[in-house]
Amino acid sequence: MIPQDPTNDPAYRLFVQRFGSLRRARIAETWLTIAVLALLFLISAVATDFSPEQIARGIPRIGEYFGKLLSIEPKRGAPSVPVLAWDHLFGGVKEPQSVAYWFYRIDVYTKLLWQTVQMAIIATVMGFTAAFVLCFPATGTLLPLRPVVFLVRRVLEILRTIPQVVLAFIFVWPFGIGPLAGILAIGIHTTGALGKLFTELNENADLRAVEGIRSVGGSWLAQMRYGVMPQVLPGFLSYGLLRFEINVRSSTIIGFVGAGGIGSELKRVIGFNIYEEVSAICILILLVVVALDLTSERIRHRFIGNTV
Amino acid sequence: MLELEHLSRRFGDKTAVADASLTIAHGEMVGIIGRSGAGKSTLLRLINRLIEPSAGRILSDGRDVTGLRGAELRAWRARTAMIFQQFNLVNRLDVLTNVLCGRLNQMPTTRVLFKIFTPAERALAIRALDRLGLADVAMNRADALSGGQQQRVAIARALMQEPSVMLADEPIASLDPINAKVVMDALLDINQRDGITVLTNLHTLDTARTYCRRIIGMAAGRVVFDGKPEELTESVLHTIYGDAGDGAVLDERMTSTSLPMGIIPAMAR
Repeated sequence: MIPQDPTNDPAYRLFVQRFGSLRRARIAETWLTIAVLALLFLISAVATDFSPEQIARGIPRIGEYFGKLLSIEPKRGAPSVPVLAWDHLFGGVKEPQSVAYWFYRIDVYTKLLWQTVQMAIIATVMGFTAAFVLCFPATGTLLPLRPVVFLVRRVLEILRTIPQVVLAFIFVWPFGIGPLAGILAIGIHTTGALGKLFTELNENADLRAVEGIRSVGGSWLAQMRYGVMPQVLPGFLSYGLLRFEINVRSSTIIGFVGAGGIGSELKRVIGFNIYEEVSAICILILLVVVALDLTSERIRHRFIGNTV
Repeated sequence: MLELEHLSRRFGDKTAVADASLTIAHGEMVGIIGRSGAGKSTLLRLINRLIEPSAGRILSDGRDVTGLRGAELRAWRARTAMIFQQFNLVNRLDVLTNVLCGRLNQMPTTRVLFKIFTPAERALAIRALDRLGLADVAMNRADALSGGQQQRVAIARALMQEPSVMLADEPIASLDPINAKVVMDALLDINQRDGITVLTNLHTLDTARTYCRRIIGMAAGRVVFDGKPEELTESVLHTIYGDAGDGAVLDERMTSTSLPMGIIPAMAR
């Protein structure tokens, strides 16, 4: 260590004199940001009754629901809460608490689930394509035409702000009850959501590569295709696959308003209080989402290593 | 004293460093020359323990540092400061914070996480920057500086580590001749005034001759020369740089990027 107090160093004194206020301003800015965020959190917490006491009171009771499920006496006839019981597990279709009893309409569910997944596929591909086209003119660092950037950004905002269910309601009128309304609703929302994420990826792209393509006389499109796309495409794909998973869930929910798929069936069985079927459908949806997650991870890993 | 004993490193079936044995005394300034891929970078990274050796030992004043783990390993890294060809600064942080990063090894975790540096640490960082003529740009973002300035920031960061050895991996390969001279002069100054051992990989022979009293030549992972600059004869150079097999003949007029000493007196500190 240096023996004398380094803060007496003339170079440091000069630094404090010249940059001390700038440094304090930056620190103040950080604290101000933290304070504003904390304030927003507090206001929202008060407005929504998000109180720590209530959470603390609730936590010990989280297990209660499951405890109830397990404590019910297995007996002939439908119990009030659906349970699978080991001694009935492989019983026939007529036996409550057996797998066959829960899943006796598996053929219908499978068809509807497949329809839901197909809705998600079409909506994701549509939304991905539209977002891909729109994200480049929405990136200020790539396109120096401020009005265009402004306009495209606002369009993307509008597309993702309207709730999907509202869009689906709107589309059920002209296109009738069925999957088409749902696909359009999800596709439009996907465009807005992915458009924003893609734009942010574009903003972080290394501009030196773009300059390289510009230097060889490449057009704006060539700069995007060769300077930006290879950098951002793995990220696009990642977000696209994540969106696909979200869309599978969305197309389930959107079925509630008559837009086809497993959602319509789920709404029906909830309406009739057929709890075995509700549980069965929920389990199936979970399985599909897990399967999709595993597949998309494989696709992504395979893709990242390749050139584009 | 730094001793390397039969140090080797293989990557797959390729041997980057083969059976390198060297003894480097305190306060030496050593230049390491050789063709690209001769193992110079790997050798420095092995000493800093960024890369694990496949065989051999590294001794510091008789203490084996090859097997160090955890906190001891990190402390060893702090003692052997690295300077990289591409500077390896954090572009999005300001220059001052980049230099203060040289202290991270000695700081408690809470101060590390919340980026809290003491006035004394800041003062040391400013002193290091001032020594390299960069106190004026302390609050600028690192990527706003020129290459030569960035390399000097990297040296200031290394100084903050208060190291006993500085390992410079091609420190001037991406710099213009004037900046190259400023950086090499800074390394020489650190070596002579602070007594810090400097090991530097160099692409240009004349730079090695000008700045280093001891030169090590590497070829295909082996140490093939270890001696004074005067002993670098034509035949020795042929051993180090070899015949490229493509008819290329070594011509120093083409490889030289350094300026003769004293051509820019304003820069000589």
